[in-house]
Amino acid sequence: MTQTLTDRPRGPVRLAEATATADPRPEPLRRTSGRTREDLLTFLGAVAASLATTWVFYTQVLPFEGTIGFVVVWYVALVTFYAVLTGLTQPWEVVVDRVVTTAVVAAPTLVALALASVVLMTVVKGLPALHHANFLTQDMSGVRADDPFTKGGILHALVGTLIEVTIAVGIAMPLGVATAVYMSEVGGRGARLVRTVVEAMTALPSIVAGLFIYTICLVYLGMPASGLAAGLALATMALPIMARASYVVLGVVPGGLREASYALGAGRWQTVWKVVLPTARPGLATALILGVARAVGETAPVLLTSGASTYFNSNPVQDPMNSLPLYIYASISSGSPQMEDRAYAAAAVLLMVVLTLFVLARLVAGGRKTR
Amino acid sequence: MPGQVSPTPVQVGPPGDPSTGEEVPRRVSSRYSLQDQVFIHGVRAVGYLVLVIVSSIGLFLGIQSVPTLQHYGLSFFTEFRWLPSQDVIGISGVVVGTVQVALIALVFAVPLAVLTALFITDWAPARLRPTLVRVVDLMAAVPGIVFGLWVLFVVQPHATEVAHWISKYFGWFPLFHVRTDVDYPIWNQAPGYPSYAGSAFIAAIAVAMMIFPMATSVMREVFGEAPLGEKEAALALGATRWAMVRTVVLPFGRSGVVGGTMLALGRALGETISVVLVISQTFEIKPYVLESGTSTISSLIASSFKEASPAQLSALLTAGFVLFCMTLLVNSLAAVIVSRSRGREVTDL
Repeated sequence: MTQTLTDRPRGPVRLAEATATADPRPEPLRRTSGRTREDLLTFLGAVAASLATTWVFYTQVLPFEGTIGFVVVWYVALVTFYAVLTGLTQPWEVVVDRVVTTAVVAAPTLVALALASVVLMTVVKGLPALHHANFLTQDMSGVRADDPFTKGGILHALVGTLIEVTIAVGIAMPLGVATAVYMSEVGGRGARLVRTVVEAMTALPSIVAGLFIYTICLVYLGMPASGLAAGLALATMALPIMARASYVVLGVVPGGLREASYALGAGRWQTVWKVVLPTARPGLATALILGVARAVGETAPVLLTSGASTYFNSNPVQDPMNSLPLYIYASISSGSPQMEDRAYAAAAVLLMVVLTLFVLARLVAGGRKTR
Repeated sequence: MPGQVSPTPVQVGPPGDPSTGEEVPRRVSSRYSLQDQVFIHGVRAVGYLVLVIVSSIGLFLGIQSVPTLQHYGLSFFTEFRWLPSQDVIGISGVVVGTVQVALIALVFAVPLAVLTALFITDWAPARLRPTLVRVVDLMAAVPGIVFGLWVLFVVQPHATEVAHWISKYFGWFPLFHVRTDVDYPIWNQAPGYPSYAGSAFIAAIAVAMMIFPMATSVMREVFGEAPLGEKEAALALGATRWAMVRTVVLPFGRSGVVGGTMLALGRALGETISVVLVISQTFEIKPYVLESGTSTISSLIASSFKEASPAQLSALLTAGFVLFCMTLLVNSLAAVIVSRSRGREVTDL
């Protein structure tokens, strides 16, 4: 909606279309862009001046060093020069506007640089281990920390992540969606109580969810550290989140659709099954996939419950089971440089998994136009 | 569940006799059909089951804290050391550390989030906007352990230099003080003194990366709902873009800023693995956030659950309960503040 406001047409706009018939000569085009050549020159001048000043200060005058200091000093100089140059020709309000604009543009730039550096670091540092195919097809059994990258891999962690997340989603999704249907479609005093408690439990930190399952299952019930325990811990964490996300999605199904369904004589169940859920399906799928993406990356609950095996184990009820985040954590904690590189490679794989899930979520939601 | 359902006949009365053309009024019944009753009761049962499961977690944590309080008494809340071997256990140190790390993370993340949200709603070209929103959402899905790695190996070498510089020139201010000889260069640590690595300041950078996307998306949504007419009116009166934002968008979105900040705080308090990776764990109460060593409740749980005796496990659960109460309080406040800004939309066809 706001785009009509802030987006002036980019190119020149032909004015006085009606008078064109009377005058055969083409109407001169008028620039409607708010930016003049002077504005651009002012900015370029400020950039040049600030770079030069900072360079002189850094290399000739002051005994400072370090890139962070350089960038900070340069940014401050840039804003100062830009403000002063603008102030020569423009009123005070425009000066303030431009100073704020530099900050508003700088903040997302900084974050984008940080994010790009996260991805680059992971991929570049992980590449030595990652470009050996065995990294994805072998496990770590019998591999010493300083073995070359042609030995050992993360297959066990990949499979472990897959199994644990499947268990978690298999528990959390049906319960979460059914609870959301109850809260949104049935209602009543009980539903309000459920909603309050579920929303409160979304505040449960993941480590506390892990500690809860650790205490109940491993300490009290004597279960072994296993993939099932890790799946339960992830489900404990994900259940309130999924219930709430589904509730939000069901809430945006237009009430008119429900009323139309009732008016046609459909019952409650028919309305939910044939109208509400199909309408909300893309939203539910997106919520589900984003929940999975979050569960895949959670380390804390898994750290407490699954134990870290080095060997392939696809049985979730017996023996420890590794997973990607846990593998990364264990490799970093080992302190060996080879294992560190393996940790980066595993982090790159983990990022790829999350990214794939994310793109999938976008594709599922993509066909739908938001109202 | 059955996919096919037959139409419910109960609500429709006998049709009128078509030959006479006379309409017999339908019988209207408010009773649910059997199918609907099964549905409603089934879903309600699941809802109550989830209620029981979910609230049992809170109850369990609460009950577990009883033996702890009986054993350690009130000193559990005032003692700052965590020495299981000497049976001296208290959480005031980790609580202070948790709050410190979370607050510093807010100091980093909130200004960036406000500016980024404004950039997305009011500065960026319309074509870029969906992409920017998507990138922020994607950032929210990046695992904490990846940010932990990044801070540990990419940020920390620079951050220690910054910390050294700040403590050297602003060390007179207690917050920035480091109990070491600041004239020692960073690569040659004064022997026997704490260094600059693994501090609350550096851990907070990782936490800030974790909470930034969440805060940004809450704020962006609220800023995006600022009334268009008033924005246009401000521009039509000759306001610059910043003047328009200052007079329309920011006053309108104030609850979004506060609510987004609180939600981010709730998340920051519970962040575990990136903090565990970065900090060097110490148990003391100190204002020196640039100095090496701190601990949070979640890092305490992650590092000491394995060797815990039953009494210590109960103490850890109590610490977890305290953490949960903190996040619950903060999140509830945030929910109230955010919901005050907008009612639940009533959509019509």
